[in-house]
Amino acid sequence: MATVNDVVIKIATVNGTGSASANGLLMKSIFRMGIPVVGKNYFPSNIQGLPTWYEIRVTGDGYQSRSNRVDVMVAMNAQTYARDLAEVSEGGWLLYDSTWPRSKLLDRDDVTVLGIPLSKMCNEHFEGARARILMKNIAYVGAVAALLDIDLDIITKLLEDTFASKPKLIGSNMEAIRMGFDYAIENFVCPLPSKVAAMNGTDGNIIIDGNTAAGLGCVFAGATVGAWYPITPSTSLMDAFRSYCLKYRVDEATGKRTYCIIQAEDELAAIGMVLGANWNGARSFTSTSGPGISLMSEFLGYGYYAEIPAVIFNVQRTGPSTGMPTRTQQSDILSCAYASHGDTKHVLLFPSDPGECFTMAQISFDLAERLQTPVMVLSDLDIGMNDWMVPEFELDESYTPDRGKVLSAEALEEMDAFYRYLDVDGDGIPYRTLPGTHPKGSYFTRGSGHTKYGAYTEDSEAYKEVVDRLLVKWETARSIVPEPEIRYSKSNAAAVISVGSSDGACKEALDQLGAQDVALNYCRMKAFPFSDAVRDFIEKHEVVYVVEQNRDAQLRTLLMLDSDVDPAKLVSLLHYDGMPLSAEFIVERALAEQSKGRAT
Amino acid sequence: MSYISKPKVAHPNLPRNTLGLTARDYEGTVSTLCAGCGHDSVTAAIVQAVFELNLEPHMLAKMSGIGCSSKTPAYFVSQSHGFNSVHGRMPSVTTGANAANRTLTYIGVSGDGDSLSIGAGQFVHAIRRNLNMCYIIENNGVYGLTKGQFSASADIGTRPKKGLPNQQEPIDPVSTALSLGATYIARSFSGDKEQLVPLIQGALLHPGFSLVDVISPCVTFNDHEGSTKSYAHTREFYHHVVDADYIAPAEEIKAAYEKGSAMSVELHDGSKIVLHKIDNDYDPTSRAAVFKYLRERFNAGEITTGLLYIDNLRKEMHDLMGNIDTPLSEYPLDKLHPGKEELKKILGRYR
Repeated sequence: MATVNDVVIKIATVNGTGSASANGLLMKSIFRMGIPVVGKNYFPSNIQGLPTWYEIRVTGDGYQSRSNRVDVMVAMNAQTYARDLAEVSEGGWLLYDSTWPRSKLLDRDDVTVLGIPLSKMCNEHFEGARARILMKNIAYVGAVAALLDIDLDIITKLLEDTFASKPKLIGSNMEAIRMGFDYAIENFVCPLPSKVAAMNGTDGNIIIDGNTAAGLGCVFAGATVGAWYPITPSTSLMDAFRSYCLKYRVDEATGKRTYCIIQAEDELAAIGMVLGANWNGARSFTSTSGPGISLMSEFLGYGYYAEIPAVIFNVQRTGPSTGMPTRTQQSDILSCAYASHGDTKHVLLFPSDPGECFTMAQISFDLAERLQTPVMVLSDLDIGMNDWMVPEFELDESYTPDRGKVLSAEALEEMDAFYRYLDVDGDGIPYRTLPGTHPKGSYFTRGSGHTKYGAYTEDSEAYKEVVDRLLVKWETARSIVPEPEIRYSKSNAAAVISVGSSDGACKEALDQLGAQDVALNYCRMKAFPFSDAVRDFIEKHEVVYVVEQNRDAQLRTLLMLDSDVDPAKLVSLLHYDGMPLSAEFIVERALAEQSKGRAT
Repeated sequence: MSYISKPKVAHPNLPRNTLGLTARDYEGTVSTLCAGCGHDSVTAAIVQAVFELNLEPHMLAKMSGIGCSSKTPAYFVSQSHGFNSVHGRMPSVTTGANAANRTLTYIGVSGDGDSLSIGAGQFVHAIRRNLNMCYIIENNGVYGLTKGQFSASADIGTRPKKGLPNQQEPIDPVSTALSLGATYIARSFSGDKEQLVPLIQGALLHPGFSLVDVISPCVTFNDHEGSTKSYAHTREFYHHVVDADYIAPAEEIKAAYEKGSAMSVELHDGSKIVLHKIDNDYDPTSRAAVFKYLRERFNAGEITTGLLYIDNLRKEMHDLMGNIDTPLSEYPLDKLHPGKEELKKILGRYR
């Protein structure tokens, strides 16, 4: 195996030992050499002591997904040596701490095992148990740098940037890196045949996770009220919002806060607060994950029926029930689309990477206020908590928020009477008023049956008039939500449909299949309800592979329910083991389906 | 809930407040509750309280959950925005609404089922945050709309219309609120408007969480002999501990109180609440003393009423957080938006 800028490094450590900063250092150094990287963190639902892995895919081609390959395994956790060795691809390398030699590790003759006495070296060089553990992790960065030919100057510069406020740490960290580096140079043939080489593939890009991007997006969208209940993997979204607010949301004149973040008692309360704040005219949002959506459902139905804007970020994790909180899935598609009892449906947005988490934050508030309804942004753990290389976020200077149809005091003054639920414009969207604007604007917000005038009703016709008008609004939503991304190159071909974080793996798979003369068209959904373009796309194809990360083909079900397409055309490719999707999986399944198709 | 508006016939001699409005202007639609329901008396007390306070109707927000009590915001101040939320969730909606706009006056009307069972969690946490609102519990010990099941405030031994007496410990909203640190705690009786109106007025003006627990008998399901929440039982065991008078900003204290029994609490708008204590030794500012007193009187079978506890020093939610006085909902976006240059700087850290 000899490759340049196409190598997967996987680091096996124990959580709570500071390995995250070592792994970040390694990945970012490669990124700063101008080489595209993908970082994936496989961590346990635990604070300290359990196995954890970090995977760095160096991809000169700039792909966004993980690869099933492992070329270099950095095995720093004796508990998982056996499975780590088993995972190394043929012809790969395994680096381990040979302070305590393990003959078993030599079991595979297709893998080169490299022993480096990291603990011994660190125990000799550093004082204190904690420092020794931390430095052992930093030392393997040095060894990997030597093995892969990573520029030491770039690592030094990165350390200086990282520890700018704690310069003392730079010296000791560099010492540990040097130690690992020198040992590798002296004892192994460096670099390995698979290595990195500086290139120009990262200009204009950043490395960021989706939760940080979404939190930042909310700041730029003008959100002022965040209400939430902590839940993995969404917590870092509100944390990011808070950290930017601390800096950017201080009133110049008074020094007081221009935002309000409330840690609620549970998700029932979090969504209640979001509805209350939006009802009162603030841009307000919550961040949560699947179990939180279950708890929020009653209020989501209220928001739909009483027509109150709300933005909900659902960073999906593996279900059902508590499931695997630190693993990824796209398994809340149906529960979000139809959250709550009764005839209820919700507008959904599907970001595919952190860049879209940023832009869709703004879009979600605009849609929620324009449509006067809850809008859910369905991110997932893979997008939300992993490090993605994406183009630097752009801001449209001309952007003004769409606050929707809100009547001013002046407008109310001139009206004879205001009625909350009249479809004045024929788009199914009524006018609303904010409390405190004008006595004429008052109305009674209720989840019980109401007439188009806003009054309580148990009259069949008056009830139907309102719920039928909500369908008109639904069609308006269909016409204004973000259009799908479509790649159409060949007629009569089969096609792939995907959503969210499946996008990167799908695009890479399409390239691989194209190289094997299997050309597939592609459509990536960005929103629900599905625009007419989605139905047209499906109609143009005989077979459409629907790629998604859940067991029950939820996206396919939603396509059948909302688009009136022939279900026989929709063939599911389902990935739901909790790991991020890879291109290899799609290629293998798509080829299998293609050959089945030819056989019949 | 009623959708029948009351005919607006303004008698020329009806008294007007400083806004030129009559008490009729603070009414709502016709109540659909049972004739004689305590809740209608509470509604009337609210109307009188806000009329006398000269509150601009559109600056009041009426919040509720689900149940007989939660229907009542439709029956007062039609020119205020109302939010009839889902069961037990009025506190969270009010928290969010208040977060967005702290300049409105929030009145929440809830019941014993809405606040002490399904909504106990939210009730508790609104108190912890010292949310600035007037929180009224219309407490009748039963579920009315589902036809007479006991609620969590039912006393041990109280009898239902049909079936066996309650054996479970009641949850007392007053001592619960006291243990959680509510800053204004009152109890009254729907049949005692003279006591109730100033208690509501104080609660509306108090800058923090104000609880007014009102025993409000259910004439249909809990007004029989053997019930401890009936009109007859409440009248028999009802004790004024501390009465309150609301004194408007420029007004003078005219009533003569017995020496040592009066205590004046200044409110942020310059108005005052004058507490006159029936028992001179009672200290409504000592949490420990109030707790002991309430427990002893409860054990003696008494229903203690009045402004039972007040803490005028603790900051309300926004001030605890250091939030701006302007409503967040009105803060201009260009000031909320850090701008293109700042975005570049922020993203620099991710390179």
